[in-house]
Amino acid sequence: MNYTDSTLIDVLQFLFMGIQRGSIYAMVAMGFNMIYNSTGIINFAQGEFVVLGGLMMVTLTMAFNLSIVFAFILTVLFVIITGILMERLTINPVKQPTVIRLIIITIAVSIIIKGAAMCFWGKGSHYMRHFSSTEPLDFYGATILPQTLWIFAILFFLVVAYVIFFNYTMTGKCMRACAINRDAARLAGINDRKMVMLSFALSAGIGAIAGIIITPIIQMDYARGAMLGLKGFGAAVLGGLGNSMGAVVAGVLLGVLEAFGAGYISSHYMDAIALVILLFVLFIRPSGIFGSSEAMRLKEF
Amino acid sequence: MKGKNSAGFLALIISIISIPFMVTNDYYLGVLIFTAFNCLACIGLCLLMGYAGQISIGHGAFIAIGAYTSGILTAKFAWSPWLAMLCGVLIVIVIAFCLGIPALRLKGHYLAMATLGFASIVHIVAVAAVDLTGGPSGIVNIPRLDLFGYVLSSDKQYFYFSWSVVALSIYIAFNLINSRVGRGLQAIHGSEDAASSLGINITSYKVQVFILSAVFASISGSLYAYYMNYIDPGPFDVMHSVLLVTMVAVGGLHNIWGALIGAIFLSLLPEFLSFLSDYLQVLGIEYQPDYDTLVYGGILLIIMLFLPEGIFNGLSSIIQFIRSSFRKFSGRAAGRVE
Repeated sequence: MNYTDSTLIDVLQFLFMGIQRGSIYAMVAMGFNMIYNSTGIINFAQGEFVVLGGLMMVTLTMAFNLSIVFAFILTVLFVIITGILMERLTINPVKQPTVIRLIIITIAVSIIIKGAAMCFWGKGSHYMRHFSSTEPLDFYGATILPQTLWIFAILFFLVVAYVIFFNYTMTGKCMRACAINRDAARLAGINDRKMVMLSFALSAGIGAIAGIIITPIIQMDYARGAMLGLKGFGAAVLGGLGNSMGAVVAGVLLGVLEAFGAGYISSHYMDAIALVILLFVLFIRPSGIFGSSEAMRLKEF
Repeated sequence: MKGKNSAGFLALIISIISIPFMVTNDYYLGVLIFTAFNCLACIGLCLLMGYAGQISIGHGAFIAIGAYTSGILTAKFAWSPWLAMLCGVLIVIVIAFCLGIPALRLKGHYLAMATLGFASIVHIVAVAAVDLTGGPSGIVNIPRLDLFGYVLSSDKQYFYFSWSVVALSIYIAFNLINSRVGRGLQAIHGSEDAASSLGINITSYKVQVFILSAVFASISGSLYAYYMNYIDPGPFDVMHSVLLVTMVAVGGLHNIWGALIGAIFLSLLPEFLSFLSDYLQVLGIEYQPDYDTLVYGGILLIIMLFLPEGIFNGLSSIIQFIRSSFRKFSGRAAGRVE
């Protein structure tokens, strides 16, 4: 094997790893966007949905020995219910919301979920069996786990479902109407409070799916939520907050940059790379790479 | 300071003087010293959050920078602790300035996330830069602080010293609030547009108070390093930044006393809970320290939902309510007698 070959294999390997991580950031970012669009809130508990999804899946598949499909559905339902409870109990009752108060409320929810996860699942990290074989596949010299292919496929499926839901179903269109102008949507007879609840449910569901599919690879523990949430937010901002397709591209991009940074610069600072990118985007172009400069002038950051 | 504030200040001084006579157990004295460090950081954060209306979930990072600058310069380069602390303050001023100018142009959620991201980066550097920070194993042999050549060796001496710094910082904070800058900050909190139309330089004011609050945090970090004689990245994770915000919010955002009470309350809560667990055990409830996080979150959520102005203002409005209903009641009773 000559030098260029091994470089190429490295690049390919980092690319796979990057897209795999990026897919998760993309899903977390989609979750952020759904709640942001319907309420203008950034949900600081978004990362906790991912953790909850992963840990619940671990229990159902490893302790109760349920089949992957059945456990998958149960886990997503469980986290969706958590999301709905969060909205009903903590967001909905707040009559005069200020930004600081809403931020602290979602932080409080994230602390509660984290605390509860620590009590139920302990402080250790949890192994979960892969969806299919654990035998790595060979791809032009680089290796790829079947689980990684599952992640790519599920991200693709989620994006298709997202497009269909928001463009071709009545509920999806109502949610978009609420995102554009809540008062106008209400005048048109849309129940905006129901849409807010739905956005929390969907956002929790996406978070749960992200947690379920990544757990076999990273081994979930209770404390991962903050970092996952922060990087997912980085992806959401990079793609332009509120723009979910932008978030998917940005999430994958962020994952790839992180993987190459870890490979070629330093693996110790891997987590910092996405965060430095987040800060630069926030400081230089808070409307994201796909946001127009016109929208940037109109919007408050 | 005038009126109620000076009464509160007097009460604080008296408590500071008298507490070491009542609390003789070294462990509890230590807990109270940690409480002082939290109070110091929270007073600064309260100026930023309550008075200027800017959120920061990154003040744990400034504590870390203060602690590490002090630790590295004293333990590895044998600097005097005071000089190292000053150096920490200067570094934090530069960093807060560079971070504050772009960050404080952001609002609400964006600012919260930017500061949270900054706190994470600092923690990652503290763990990864092994040559500089000692990595996960940290820095040892940090000397104790000396005061006019007299080393503060006992916990009692350190208690008096750290709480004197807290009292001093409260004094400074009140002077700031009642100054032109303080009124300007409150105007910014009310409405940035209105404030700027009155000729207040919003960016400059916000950056100034951001730097000041970061300096408070840095001093708190340095004092922590000199008290512990040892630092590692553990206590400086993102959760600590979140905890500081929690303390300020639980006590009451818009009042320095609130921040102080919040910091004291949440710093002592784990001790209180472990104390309570003995009684719960009698009732058949097994309480474990692992539940602490859950209790923190629950308290924060309940206060944000039902007492959004915090314990301090919540308590005073409850007292007012009781007083007014008592007056009504006694008035009615008096009427009946006549």
